[in-house]
Amino acid sequence: MTTVKEKSPEVSVTPPVDAGNGLKTQEMVVNMGPQHPSTHGVLRVQLTLNGEIVVKAVPHIGYLHRCFEKHSEEMDDYTKVIPYVDRMDYVAAMSNELGYAIAMERMMDIQVNDRVEYIRVIMAELQRIASHLLAVGTFGLDIGAFTPFLHCFIEREKILDIFEKASGARLLYNYIWVGGLMNDVPADFKKDTAAFIKSFRPQIKELNDLLSDNKIFVERTANVGVLPEKVAINYGVSGPSLRGSGVKWDLRRDDPYSIYDRFDFDVIVGEGRMGTVGDCWDRYIVRVWEMEESLKIIEQALDQMPDEGDVHEAVPKKIRPPAAEIYCRTETPRGELGYYIISNKKTSPYRVKARAPSFVNLSVLPAISVGAMVADMVAIIGSVDIVLGEVDR
Amino acid sequence: MLEFLESVMPAGPMAVFVFSIIPLMIILLYALFAIWMERKVAGHIQDRLGPMRVGGWHGWAQTIADLLKMIQKEDIVPAKADRFFFKMAPFIAFGASYGAFVAIPLSSGYIGSMIDVGVFYIVAITSLLSISIIMAGWASNNKWSLLGAMRTAAQTVSYEVPTIATILSVVLVTGTLNLMEVTELQSGNSFLGFLPNWMIFHSPFMVIAFVIFFVAVLAESHRVPFDLPESESELVGGYQTEYSGMRWGLFMLTEYADMLLLSLVTVTLFFGGWNSPFGPFLDGPFWGAFWMLLKGMIVVFVMMWLRWTLPRLRVDQLMNLCWKYLIPLSFVNLVLIALWEMIF
Repeated sequence: MTTVKEKSPEVSVTPPVDAGNGLKTQEMVVNMGPQHPSTHGVLRVQLTLNGEIVVKAVPHIGYLHRCFEKHSEEMDDYTKVIPYVDRMDYVAAMSNELGYAIAMERMMDIQVNDRVEYIRVIMAELQRIASHLLAVGTFGLDIGAFTPFLHCFIEREKILDIFEKASGARLLYNYIWVGGLMNDVPADFKKDTAAFIKSFRPQIKELNDLLSDNKIFVERTANVGVLPEKVAINYGVSGPSLRGSGVKWDLRRDDPYSIYDRFDFDVIVGEGRMGTVGDCWDRYIVRVWEMEESLKIIEQALDQMPDEGDVHEAVPKKIRPPAAEIYCRTETPRGELGYYIISNKKTSPYRVKARAPSFVNLSVLPAISVGAMVADMVAIIGSVDIVLGEVDR
Repeated sequence: MLEFLESVMPAGPMAVFVFSIIPLMIILLYALFAIWMERKVAGHIQDRLGPMRVGGWHGWAQTIADLLKMIQKEDIVPAKADRFFFKMAPFIAFGASYGAFVAIPLSSGYIGSMIDVGVFYIVAITSLLSISIIMAGWASNNKWSLLGAMRTAAQTVSYEVPTIATILSVVLVTGTLNLMEVTELQSGNSFLGFLPNWMIFHSPFMVIAFVIFFVAVLAESHRVPFDLPESESELVGGYQTEYSGMRWGLFMLTEYADMLLLSLVTVTLFFGGWNSPFGPFLDGPFWGAFWMLLKGMIVVFVMMWLRWTLPRLRVDQLMNLCWKYLIPLSFVNLVLIALWEMIF
């Protein structure tokens, strides 16, 4: 038996300073996570605190690393990569699949029919709403408001029901395939989706009444974690977190993929209505109004969607792309998801690299959290909206 | 009541024991009910049903099941903790809030002890709660616990000032610190005829005093939006982080007992205590206890309602609210009430 010599835990890294009134103060190092209720998974942030004020925040990642890239290389099939893609951003699996499918189709020069395109867009936008609902709900939870979280979940359940009817799964769908879909949508898909839109519109208003305009909520989030436009661009932040800083950049509009150029929708940006442009409240409200824009897209897509078309039409039997490489980016609920795929004429990819938006967005955390309080840290992490499955892959 | 008990009981000490155990029974039964009620209130506010299975009718036995579970849990004391203080803290916390019930007149026939400085005693003994929380936080040897405990200390000390200032305004009008006498002064109907002679209807400034008092009470009992000491989304569990099993249960019990205590104090000071809202109708010692607990539960319900609606303030905003708004306002209000008393 070996005895481990007990070492006293390291309380601080800096020596005590004389506070001037006979007392000595010392900075305290605390580990926020990996088992902390508000780090949205297994993020560990090493905080150096001066009282309650954050002097330094260092995010540590890797607790959920599942070797996505190596798995992809070893699957011996491009189609079998899709379930692994699902597990990256597990609350927005459809968007991940869409990005991968589009990248592969561009590489192999496959053209899918219109019905597939419309179903994909509707699914991706429903997924965006579901993901944003989770994001704003848990953000409210981080601030201490429990009720909006469950109200959001009720709506999210309705979307998951639609997904379940189509794909059989509620979280990891494996629905969008290279060159088509797993199967066609059920007969009442249009009816279900239209019913959801009708019931969800008033809920956005209710969410605003309950949370967005709540005085305490605004006090907690406005002017907190301000991410200026320049810093956001320098760090490569994308998605709602970038738009919250007032940058009008949305790949659906600025670099359209699939059939997004056929729809009419606005790109929501933060205006600093409650405080400074780029604060936590702005990032939050961008997500709320993006749900409204997604509803617009879904409505238009439901109108235009053709009833005819085989969803397996372009699905290749065995995918064997030409020796090529491709970088393809799409706008997921969290930002710009890029796939860099290299093929060497074999049945498995030589390399699949994902540029994960959460990973890049997380990198901005140390820059915007200095000077915040511990409670603000929680708000900042929540407003950047990371999914650790995607950060670590 | 004590005389009555002494006349039916064989021995004097036994009667005293039964007499003093009555509030404890009320607290325990109330806690069983209030925890279930909190879940039901939360459930219905959140568009769900809350517990529905245990016991049959609307899950009424859920709290009992949880209590049994909690008793079976292992009582963990962290290796680096200060064992004595760590184990001691929950008892002091509960003792502080149980001890305060002695000065509350539960009905016209029951008050634990006719202390002439009743309100003062309650304010003093509930301050022990912050000591026990600091004990728990410090003895846990956990940084999150420590942060939670430090917040509590600051919060409780600050919010005691507006609490006392508003209590003073009631004392100014009634001229006594004895809560039984405060309640007796509120019986009957006021000069308007239909309103009960409660303190809240005394003057418009008394309404302001009530609002300040209620906000301060929310902060003192660590309820949302002032639940910073145990804010689970920031500080994991605050001072409770390292506690498990029944020791944690005691903290939970204290939280609910404190809610009841402060609600009853609110009711006694502003809403006529055990007085019936319908004048002499349904009055008397038994109905008095009923009205007292009913009014108390209504205040408790409002606290629950707030908890499941509002987000949480940040620690500096909490201090701002107290020192910049509540304290000046409560003192100005005290002076205005004094002037009102002089003029009318």
